[in-house]
Amino acid sequence: MNPVYYLYLAALLFTIGAAGVLIRRNAIVVFMCIELMLNACNLAFVTFSRMHGNLDGQIIAFFTMVVAAAEVVVGLAIIVSIFRTRHTASVDDASLMKL
Amino acid sequence: MENLIALLVAAPLVGAALLLCGGKRLDRTGHLIGTLFSVASFALGVVLFADMLGKGAGDRALHQQLFTWIPVGGFRADIAFQLDQLSMTFVLLITGVGSLIHIYSIGYMEHDERRRRFFGYLNLFLAAMLLLVLADNYLLLYAGWEGVGLASYLLIGFWQHKPSAATAAKKAFLVNRVGDMGLSIAIMLMFTTFGTFAFGPVFAATDRAGQGTLTALGLLLLLGACGKSAQVPLQSWLGDAMEGPTPVSALIHAATMVTAGVYLITRSGAIFNAAPTAQLAVVVVGAVTLLFGAIVGCAKDDIKKALAGSTMSQIGYMILAAGLGPIGYAFAIMHLVTHGFFKAGLFLGAGSVMHGMNDEVDMRRYGGLRKYMPVTFITFGLGYLAIIGFPGLSGFFSKDKIIEAAFARGGTEGWILGGAALLGAAITAFYMTRVMLMTFFGEKRWDPAEVHPHESPKVMTLPMIVLAFGSVFAGGLFSINEAFVKWLEPVTSFAHGHSPVSATTVTAATMVVLVIGVGIAWGMYGRKPVPALAPRGSLLTRAARRDLLQDDFNHVVFVRGGQELTGTLVQLDRSVVDGAVNGTAAAMGGLSGLLRQLQTGFVRSYAVQMLGGAAVLVAATLLMRGV
Repeated sequence: MNPVYYLYLAALLFTIGAAGVLIRRNAIVVFMCIELMLNACNLAFVTFSRMHGNLDGQIIAFFTMVVAAAEVVVGLAIIVSIFRTRHTASVDDASLMKL
Repeated sequence: MENLIALLVAAPLVGAALLLCGGKRLDRTGHLIGTLFSVASFALGVVLFADMLGKGAGDRALHQQLFTWIPVGGFRADIAFQLDQLSMTFVLLITGVGSLIHIYSIGYMEHDERRRRFFGYLNLFLAAMLLLVLADNYLLLYAGWEGVGLASYLLIGFWQHKPSAATAAKKAFLVNRVGDMGLSIAIMLMFTTFGTFAFGPVFAATDRAGQGTLTALGLLLLLGACGKSAQVPLQSWLGDAMEGPTPVSALIHAATMVTAGVYLITRSGAIFNAAPTAQLAVVVVGAVTLLFGAIVGCAKDDIKKALAGSTMSQIGYMILAAGLGPIGYAFAIMHLVTHGFFKAGLFLGAGSVMHGMNDEVDMRRYGGLRKYMPVTFITFGLGYLAIIGFPGLSGFFSKDKIIEAAFARGGTEGWILGGAALLGAAITAFYMTRVMLMTFFGEKRWDPAEVHPHESPKVMTLPMIVLAFGSVFAGGLFSINEAFVKWLEPVTSFAHGHSPVSATTVTAATMVVLVIGVGIAWGMYGRKPVPALAPRGSLLTRAARRDLLQDDFNHVVFVRGGQELTGTLVQLDRSVVDGAVNGTAAAMGGLSGLLRQLQTGFVRSYAVQMLGGAAVLVAATLLMRGV
């Protein structure tokens, strides 16, 4: 099977993720879309690793997973905390950091 | 002997320090201490003079190096004194006349509760003036120069409770600052040109400097001289300086202060000799001032201000003579010395008159005082005869020589200058006769019930008598065998002027204008009674009463002009400088306001921006690769 298809898939997933981040208002969904983009990147890395015949891409994928896991922990904690205080998880409502 | 020079300056300086720091416990003896130190300085001067006379003309100059004042790299300023014939003349005049004025002040200031301080200032004045004439370099001279300015400020404003006196002191100080600026720039220019400002090296190096530099130096020195010597255009302070106690006026006009400018020009003769343009400026200033002062002197009813006008005029003669170069230097100094005698005598006489007339200064309220103040009348009268140049008296010898030298400048200039000097002599005769007639002759124009004119105490008349002797004999003594000229020749050099008219003709012409001047004055003030209230007078008289509009001129040109200039500069500062700064700030503020709009607080719009940015980066990378 041609590895290029995996790249197409990765691009597709990334686009879905990016569109989700830009369009959706629910923080959880936005968060999930970010994960989707990260994993799309992972897929692309692994595919390139396969195509070039070395392990660099695979190693980077592991790094990404670790960072994503850490990010999930921190991000979810923030979202839960915002939800508790404001009773909403809409990202547009949390727009106080402006002049 | 040379180790004694510093003591000349030190004596009055110690006196001033004692009196000014000594406090109240010296109140009762202060005047004696001050006089003692002044007389001590004079005695020392006489000793040095006697020693100097014992030597040959060539090696009379003494030099004393005290210490190095400011040693910085190539810059070296010394506290060093030079006592040559020129300085010696000034030392004797300053300390001699100064001491007489000290003695006179004992009587004149008897009832002033700040007498101790007055004597302290007088001593300070003497010390500063001695420093000025004894310095062997321009920087030390400048220190004395400023000291004289300070002391004159303190003394003119001595009765500082009178607003007019306080203003006059400030005016004198400020006008002098203008001149001082000229001198200080001259010293800086001297240092950059010659690398030194000691007299000897500078004068020896004048031929190395360019004509332009020398002319600039000469003009700057002239500006300095104009300030101290009250010459046009910096003459306006002199009349107001009459606000000070009368002995101060005598001191300023006869021995110290106004003579400093003449000294400066004569001392810097080497520079002026090499810069004909500057010399021309000097004679023009001198000629203009001698007429200016004389005209002002004619219109004043205040006896001291009339004498002040006369001082201005006489100093004008000296500056004129000094500007003539080697044919005039010696006569400038000779007139300075004789003038020192008779002008001090006249001022002390005026002070004596005021003393007896309840401090009245308006001559229209005098009249017929010769019977009440015989000693004052005789001494004042001798001073009067001397200043108008009555044959045989001091002023005759010195002024006549200056007029002769003015003609000897040659060409049209010589005729103009000589004519101006002759005209000045006629006006001098007129206004001095006027002063004399209005004060001592004619009817009484004072109220016998209120005023009781009386002769002053001996302590005041004695100095006047001594000065009267000087007024009578000094000129004649100096002229025997041209003694004075020969005495000064090693310092100032001397050349006989070749006048287009003979000396006898000049003398005869002087006599004729003298008689005309006296005659007109007699016709106006002697033959008919003097009105007690000043008549309106002609346009010229009214202008002369206002000092020929000098203050109005200064007010319109410099005060108003200065205000206009500063106003314009402030406006310029506000609109251009501040405008640029504030404009930049406002532009930045506006731009920030616009950029701030991007900060919406919506996470998703930030995300779009990031995505857009990333897309641009990727596109740019690809494009660069493609190229």
